[in-house]
Amino acid sequence: MIDYKNVLTTCPYCGTGCALHLQVLDEKLVGVLPAKNHVVSEGGLCIKGWNVHAFVNHPDRLTTPLIRKNGKLEEATWDEALTLIADKFGEVKTASGPDSVAILTSAKCTNEENYLLQKFARAVIGTNNVDHCARL
Amino acid sequence: MTNSIPEFETDTNCFLIIGSNTSEGHPLIATRVLKAQKRGAKVIVLDPRKNQIGHWADIFHTFRPGSDVAIFNGLMNVIISESLQDEAFIAERTEDFEALKTLVAEYTPEKVAEISGIPADVIREIARTYAKGKPAAILYAMGITQHTTGVDNVKSTSNLAMLCGNMGILGGGVNPLRGQNNVQGACDMGGLPNVYPGYQAVTIPEVQKKFQDAWGSAGPLTVGMTVTEMLHATQEGKVRALYVMGENPMVSDPDLNHVRHCLEQTEFLVVQDIFLTETAEMAHVVLPGTSFAEKDGTFSNTERRVQRVRQAIKPVGDAKEDWIIICELARKMGASGFDFQSAQAVMEEINKLTPSYGGITYERLEELGSLQWPCPTVDHPGTPYLHKGKFSRGLGKFFALEFKEPNELPNDEYPFTLTTGRLMFHFHTGSMTRRSKKLDSEVPEAYVEINVKDAGKIGLNGHKRVRVTSRRGEIELGVRITDDIKRGVVFIPFHFAEAAANKLTNSAIDPVAKIPEYKVCAVKVEVF
Repeated sequence: MIDYKNVLTTCPYCGTGCALHLQVLDEKLVGVLPAKNHVVSEGGLCIKGWNVHAFVNHPDRLTTPLIRKNGKLEEATWDEALTLIADKFGEVKTASGPDSVAILTSAKCTNEENYLLQKFARAVIGTNNVDHCARL
Repeated sequence: MTNSIPEFETDTNCFLIIGSNTSEGHPLIATRVLKAQKRGAKVIVLDPRKNQIGHWADIFHTFRPGSDVAIFNGLMNVIISESLQDEAFIAERTEDFEALKTLVAEYTPEKVAEISGIPADVIREIARTYAKGKPAAILYAMGITQHTTGVDNVKSTSNLAMLCGNMGILGGGVNPLRGQNNVQGACDMGGLPNVYPGYQAVTIPEVQKKFQDAWGSAGPLTVGMTVTEMLHATQEGKVRALYVMGENPMVSDPDLNHVRHCLEQTEFLVVQDIFLTETAEMAHVVLPGTSFAEKDGTFSNTERRVQRVRQAIKPVGDAKEDWIIICELARKMGASGFDFQSAQAVMEEINKLTPSYGGITYERLEELGSLQWPCPTVDHPGTPYLHKGKFSRGLGKFFALEFKEPNELPNDEYPFTLTTGRLMFHFHTGSMTRRSKKLDSEVPEAYVEINVKDAGKIGLNGHKRVRVTSRRGEIELGVRITDDIKRGVVFIPFHFAEAAANKLTNSAIDPVAKIPEYKVCAVKVEVF
C-alpha cells in the first residue's frame, strides 16, 4: 500500500503568497506541485517554491530542546526546558520589572502563533517589548 | 499593498518600480507586470542596479542610493509644471497641496539630476509616462524603506500617487512588496511594540481595557522597544531576558559585530527555531519549533490576503508546533487563556478582538480559499483595494519633504557605497534555502557585485576574491564584475553568514520607523 497525499498550503518564502501542494509519501515530503486555479499564483511557482519541501526533513533539524550546561548546549526534555524558562522569566519579571523581558515574534510563523506570542508578552509578562523583523 | 496582485495584470496601465528587485524577490508578481506590459502597459524601473526587470523595462535608469526623496520631488515638479496632475482628486480628497507645490518647485529636473544621477530628460519622460498612465501603480520593496529617510521615502510615494489620483482605484495605488511570507500577518497580529492586533494603539486606555477584559491582563500604556532598541538595552542590563521565535538577528540585523556583543551580554536568551541558527548557537535554551509543513494556521500575504497553512506531516522528532509551545510555556507560568485545542480556536479569539479580521474564519477560508482584510464581519466579501472614496484618516495628506543625505557617505578612505539585497535562489538568512541542494548549488557562496570600470580602478585584474571593509567590520568574498551596477556602488547579498554583509552595514535608523539604513553605507574594496 502506498500512503500518498497532496496537501494544499501556502508558500513560506516571500510575501507573494503563492499556493502549492505538498506531496507526502509515507509521512515524508517528496515534492511540490503548483496550484492551478489559485488567485495569486495561477499554477506558477518560482524556483524557491518548487523546492520548498527540501529543507523540512534536513538532518540538521532541531528535534529536541537544548539547555546550556557548562557552556555547551545539551539535550533536555520539554519539561526541563519549559520549567527553566518559566522560572527565569518569572524571576526577571519580579526582580527587574516586566520591561526587562523582550520578545521577538516571527514573520515566518503563522498569524495564530504571532497572536499568541504577543498575548504572552502583554498578558503574561506584562510588557509591550514585542517586535519582529518587519524592518530588517 | 493598497491594491491587489491580480489587478496588475488586468487594470494597471503604468508601473513605477523603485527599490524592488521584483523578478528575483517576488517572481510571480514580476510575471503579472510583464503580462501587463504585453497588453501595452508601460514599465518604469529605477534602481542602483539594472536588475532583471530593469532589463525588460520600457524606461530604466540607475540612481545614487538614498536620493529617493529628491527623485520623487523632481517627478512631481515636472507633473505640476506641465499641469498633468489630477486637480479634481486633489481638491476633493487631499489636503496641504499648496505646501507640496511650493516645495517641489525647487526640485527642477536639472537639480534632481545632480543629486540622483538620473538625467533631467529621463526624469521628465518618467514623470509624463506615470502621469498619463492612469491607473498607475507604484511598486516598491526594502529599497525604499531601509533608509534613515525610510518614512520620508514612503510618504513621497504616496505624494506622487495622490497627485495623479492613483489612490482608491483599481490597478493603482502604493504597493510595498513584503519580503517575508507572513510579515504582514506578524504586524496585523500586534507583533509590534506600539499596537495590539489590528493596529489598536497600546497608548489608548480604552484599547488597553478591551484587552484587559478579554485576557484578564494587558500590557502597559507605554510603547515598548523595537528590535534594535532591545539589543542595545541588553548591554545596559535593561533587558535581562530575550525570547526569540523564528528569527535570526545574528545574520539579519545591521552591524553584526555589535549584535554579537549584545547577545553575549544577554543574561538569558531563549531561541525557538527549526535549525541551530547563528542566533540559536548563542542561546541558553533552544526550543525545537516546526516548519510550515508541520502545522495548521494562516499566513497573510503582501496584499492583505489571509490564506490557510495546512499540516502535511507530523512535527519532526520531538519538535512541537510553535503555537503549542507558547501555550505550554504560558500555562507553566500559571497563566489562563492559553488552553487552545487547535489553531482554528486561536483564530476564533483573533476574530473577536481584531476588527479587520472579524469575518476571516476557517470555515470561510475553506469555502473561498482566501479573504483580504479589512473583512469585519462574516458576510463581508473582503477588500481587494483600499481608500476607495475616502482615506482612513479622511483627507489624504500631502507631505512637503526636503531631500536629506544618507547617514554615511563615501569618502577617500571608504570610496564605495554598499547596498544589500536578496538573490532569486536564496531567502533571508539562508537557513532554509542553503539547506536545499538545488537552490544552494545555484549560488553556493557570497560575492560582491562591482562595476567593470571600478574593478579596473581597484586593480582586480583577474583576482577572484576581495576584502570589503566598512567602519564596523570586514568580510572576504568572491567578486562578480558587471556593467549593470552604477559606478561607485557595490552590492552584496546578505544570505551568507560566513561572509555576512551585515557585518558591514550601518545601524543608523529612521527616527520614526526605526528601520536601519541597510541600503547605504560606505566601504572600501581591496584585492588580496
